[in-house]
Amino acid sequence: MVTYIIRRLIGAFAMLIVISMVTFGIFFVVPQWAGATPEALASRYVGRAATPETVALVAERLGFNDPVVVQYGRFVKGLFAGAEYDYGAGVEQCPAPCFGYSFISGQPVWPDLVDRMPVTFSLAIGAAILWVVAGVSVGVLSALRRGSIFDRISMGTALAGVSLPIFFTGMISLVVFSYGLGWTPPGGAWTDFTVNPAQWAYNLLLPWITLAFLFAATYARLTRAGMLETMGEDYIRTARAKGLRENQVVTKHGLRAALTPILTLFGIDFGLLIGGAILTETTYTLPGLGQFAILAIRNQDLPQVMGVVLVAAGFVVVASLVVDLLYAVVDPRVRLS
Amino acid sequence: MSFLDVKDLKIHFPTDDGLVKSVDGLSFSLERGKTLGIVGESGSGKSVTSLGVLGLHKGGRARLSGEIWLDGEELIGASAEHVRRLRGKKMAMIFQDPLSSMHPFYTVGHQIIEAYRIHNNVSKQVARKHAVDMLGRVGIPEPERRVDAYPHEFSGGMRQRAMIAMALSCDPELLIADEPTTALDVTVQAQILDLMRDLQREFNSALIIITHDLGVVAELSDDILVMYGGKCVEYGTTDDIFYRPEHPYTWGLLGSMPRLDREPTERLMPIKGSPPSLINVPSGCAFHPRCPYAEKTGGKDRTEVPALTETEGGHLVRCHLDRAERRDLWENEIKPALETP
Amino acid sequence: MRRKHALAGAATAALALVLSACGGGGGGTPSQPAQSAAGGAAQPAANVALTQVYNPSTKKGGTLKAAHSSDWDSLDPADTYYGYSFNFGRFYWRTLTMYKPGPGPEGNTVVPDLAEGLGQPSPDGKTWTYKLKSGLKFEDGTPITAKDVAYAVARSFDKKTFTHGPSYLNELLDWPKDFKGVYETPDVDYKSAVEATDDTTVVFHLKKPFASMDYVVQMPMTAPVPKDKDTGAKYKEKVVSSGPYKFETNEIGKRFTLVRNDQWDPATDPNRPALPDRIEVQLNVNADDLDNQLISGSVQLDIPGTGMQPAALGKVLPDPALKARTDNPTIPRLWYVSVIPDTKPLDNVNCRKAVMWAADRVANQTAYGGPVAGGEIATNVMPPPIVGQEKFDLYASPENKGDVAKAKEALAACGQPNGFTTNMSFRSDRPREKALAEAMQQALARVGIKLELKGFPASSYFSDYAGNVNYVKENGIGLATHGWGSDWPDGYGFMQAIVDSRTIRDAGNYNLSVKNPEVDKLIDQASAELDAAARAKLWVEVDKKVMEDASILPVVWAKSLLMRGQGVTNLAYNEGQSMYDYVLLGVQ
Repeated sequence: MVTYIIRRLIGAFAMLIVISMVTFGIFFVVPQWAGATPEALASRYVGRAATPETVALVAERLGFNDPVVVQYGRFVKGLFAGAEYDYGAGVEQCPAPCFGYSFISGQPVWPDLVDRMPVTFSLAIGAAILWVVAGVSVGVLSALRRGSIFDRISMGTALAGVSLPIFFTGMISLVVFSYGLGWTPPGGAWTDFTVNPAQWAYNLLLPWITLAFLFAATYARLTRAGMLETMGEDYIRTARAKGLRENQVVTKHGLRAALTPILTLFGIDFGLLIGGAILTETTYTLPGLGQFAILAIRNQDLPQVMGVVLVAAGFVVVASLVVDLLYAVVDPRVRLS
Repeated sequence: MSFLDVKDLKIHFPTDDGLVKSVDGLSFSLERGKTLGIVGESGSGKSVTSLGVLGLHKGGRARLSGEIWLDGEELIGASAEHVRRLRGKKMAMIFQDPLSSMHPFYTVGHQIIEAYRIHNNVSKQVARKHAVDMLGRVGIPEPERRVDAYPHEFSGGMRQRAMIAMALSCDPELLIADEPTTALDVTVQAQILDLMRDLQREFNSALIIITHDLGVVAELSDDILVMYGGKCVEYGTTDDIFYRPEHPYTWGLLGSMPRLDREPTERLMPIKGSPPSLINVPSGCAFHPRCPYAEKTGGKDRTEVPALTETEGGHLVRCHLDRAERRDLWENEIKPALETP
Repeated sequence: MRRKHALAGAATAALALVLSACGGGGGGTPSQPAQSAAGGAAQPAANVALTQVYNPSTKKGGTLKAAHSSDWDSLDPADTYYGYSFNFGRFYWRTLTMYKPGPGPEGNTVVPDLAEGLGQPSPDGKTWTYKLKSGLKFEDGTPITAKDVAYAVARSFDKKTFTHGPSYLNELLDWPKDFKGVYETPDVDYKSAVEATDDTTVVFHLKKPFASMDYVVQMPMTAPVPKDKDTGAKYKEKVVSSGPYKFETNEIGKRFTLVRNDQWDPATDPNRPALPDRIEVQLNVNADDLDNQLISGSVQLDIPGTGMQPAALGKVLPDPALKARTDNPTIPRLWYVSVIPDTKPLDNVNCRKAVMWAADRVANQTAYGGPVAGGEIATNVMPPPIVGQEKFDLYASPENKGDVAKAKEALAACGQPNGFTTNMSFRSDRPREKALAEAMQQALARVGIKLELKGFPASSYFSDYAGNVNYVKENGIGLATHGWGSDWPDGYGFMQAIVDSRTIRDAGNYNLSVKNPEVDKLIDQASAELDAAARAKLWVEVDKKVMEDASILPVVWAKSLLMRGQGVTNLAYNEGQSMYDYVLLGVQ
């Protein structure tokens, strides 16, 4: 077990290295194919109508004149050994892990990422609770009452939930509940949990529900299919033959087995989400990792892009490892080696 | 009235293709301490019968009719909750494939404890001790250790022993074993059958063994019921079935029976063709398309459903052939062929 | 130029609504006669804030809630180059001069701010002197002196540290050769460029005569910075205020709040009423949500001030109550097509004229979003809000739909009677530019000019594609669509960057097509002309030369659709800012 975890972590680390190299490559090598010079790269980070002198200075400051390998090496060195940042009036130490400084704002990337994690995590955890509870219970009821009106309505709604994009449902929900009825706060509302838990939940209510709606739909459909399958298993018949109450047959024997594939999906979904719920955070203006990612990409701010990509990938890797470990706990037939 | 009395049991399933008459007018009875073998090919309705007795078809789409009297109580008209309380306690079941019939995520002990605690208001510790006892009684070595093992960690025979331990955990008065040995090696089969016989004696329960293999029930059963196409075609004592069988289908089953004095693959009198569809049951005698003697009925085989008639001393047969002709065929054709090594 | 956020895209539905709802509107003047300027009663009606102060008030107090759909480039006065930032920054900085606050054409003029009066040029136009008022203080109570202004100008020179800010002063002033900025070469004396001759006198020394200095010094490079509080690139985290408000909190990229600066003396500042007690700004707000919040009232000020998103336009324009809350000014911005003489056969002026004649101006305007969301059909380069602008039309056609006969004549004169084929570039992530390219393709096909359309990403459009001289030559780009907005509303501010051939370099060009020595000569003449009226005339000459040259095809003089926030008082559109005048605002 321990060796398994260690091996997986080493693999994950190697994957992060590859991801960072690919991201770096996309950023630098692809424009070079199109014939971009260091100055052309630098011209993305200056004010409009900047003079060639300004552009050349910026190219030098951002290190674009060095070979890509050297720039990558500098980035990696910053990650493990820290770096120094010259802000004009002085030099600042950027301790490891130093993801560098934004090309645009000059702000260090790592503190910004850390600062934004609670937002995304709050969003993800609340939505996850909602969608798992709602999706699984609707899926179970649908499976048990297969073909009923309830089944048809809930599966129809689920289809809508899967097909409607967040920026649509999110915007509609804001217009109706926040600006129309005034039940929920306007977009951009965010309070830290430690400051005021009630306000925290109130502000996140709408994003939670909107995000959960999307996922609950998938989970309901998956749970329904899984339940239909497991409820036909021999061991369900055995449980009934023992005289077990039907609700216990469903939850303890049926659901337990049906939830295993859902656990895998949940791990990956949750891992992706805490790496940044891009659409939800953009729609509701939540200052989380997803908003950070979209801004970084829009601004072509490489250090920010690298930071958020690696953090998000790290979350996914950890989540999938946790899922594998949990899997072994849930299903005793799985042995990790 | 017997301990178990089943009268004119019908279990029909409406499907998109038509009504499936899985069990169509079945009657039998069984006393405590006695064993009934229900024999037939797959699809003959034997497993459905057992599930019907346990009430496991209630609430589904199945249509049940007839009467099931267990120890003076009628079960078909009883509430689902009442039947549930009897399940596992008064009547229990052992299933064919112990691997798929035990929950893969729970330990064997957990599943026995669960079965015990449904019907007995005891602490987990007490139930666990009981589970260890039960595992020991069904011949599982080191039960204190094995109680925490998962089903997939057991061998096939051990699993079936565990399954039996689970079924017997609440001391049921009626035990139904559905193909209890089919999934097992031949040597293990014998051990399990011995175990079941011993336990039945010990618990004095009524036992129904459901199988497609007459050999399994030969030594265990007091009575044997042969099913074909959802109906009983022959019903009698074990001696009746083995020494005085009167139905051509029973003859076929006897011919298909593996015997220790023959090569296992050898089949003297295989039954040609395949079991009937339960939606489009052949007209007249359901067995007629496969019956080698159908032409001897003078055409009645296709037009009339033969009645289940008593020949002598509780021996019931459903066949258009003359009794004399059947006796003649058995004595002169079938029996000599079966006895030829 | 100050960057403007282009509207992200035009929803066709919104466009249809725009066209049907507002067929009559247009023009830089309001379509409804404004009520008398004194009329204080706030009557919500479209365009009232263009000519008068809407909901005038002197009531102090309250919180102004503002939001921005993206991030600030920088809050540091040396490092910012957005129009909204110049406008909003005046809450916490003061510069030597500023646009006269308020509505109407007066908003295009500059008035003193820190300075006692406007700049005093030397007779040769190469030295400009500003005298500071007395009683000026930073937020910590230390007096603001001429040295702080000179230091601020000098620190803005360092483009390695302040990458975003404008570089006008870098190019205009006579910097010492060895000066590399106040951080890298702290010992080099920069008094040859800017100096404080005493505590209240700032003197600028220019390389060559320059008449528009008063416009340049209203930019935030002249906002004073105390040297001992200067932290270079980190100064934006804690800017020391010289204006009526100071920072209470500042979370870069997320939000900040301003509160009253008790060291600011209103007696020194007739221009800022400083009404709210508090100003809250949220950054990176979803643009569509921002519009909805502006409509509903949970946000009172849309900071970018470039107009509403297409989604909101579709909602606002058909609703009379909402439309009454809007203003639709023409802004000093031109959307246009460069007709590039480097690409054959456009090297021949007659072929370029054929493009002018063949273009369908109405179709082009529609491509840009129509008369309300897009703008007014442009017939020449300089937009109407520019001081001294004259409207003229060298290529007039019936109903503005182009003149096929004249286009064919021009083609014949060019030696291409059957037309020719060339490439047209546009920014593929801007739906309006794509629509324009398609409209041009159709219109020019009428005379046999075939256009191959080439879309490029906006982020590298000028560095790698249309603004890259080699790329244009090698790939035969004949037409390139883009736009230009003015830094300040005079001829130099608008024209110089896009028509002076001497600004052309290898890459990153905005002038893609105007390479006429006569134009360059006129520009020099105009820059040095100290008489405002004569100067304006010269810029009109430049405009005419460019149009005769047929190297720019004007499309529309842009208009924006602004919405007045709910509960906002003392609101007016300022032509100098080309958005609402933020420092006037108050809340109910």
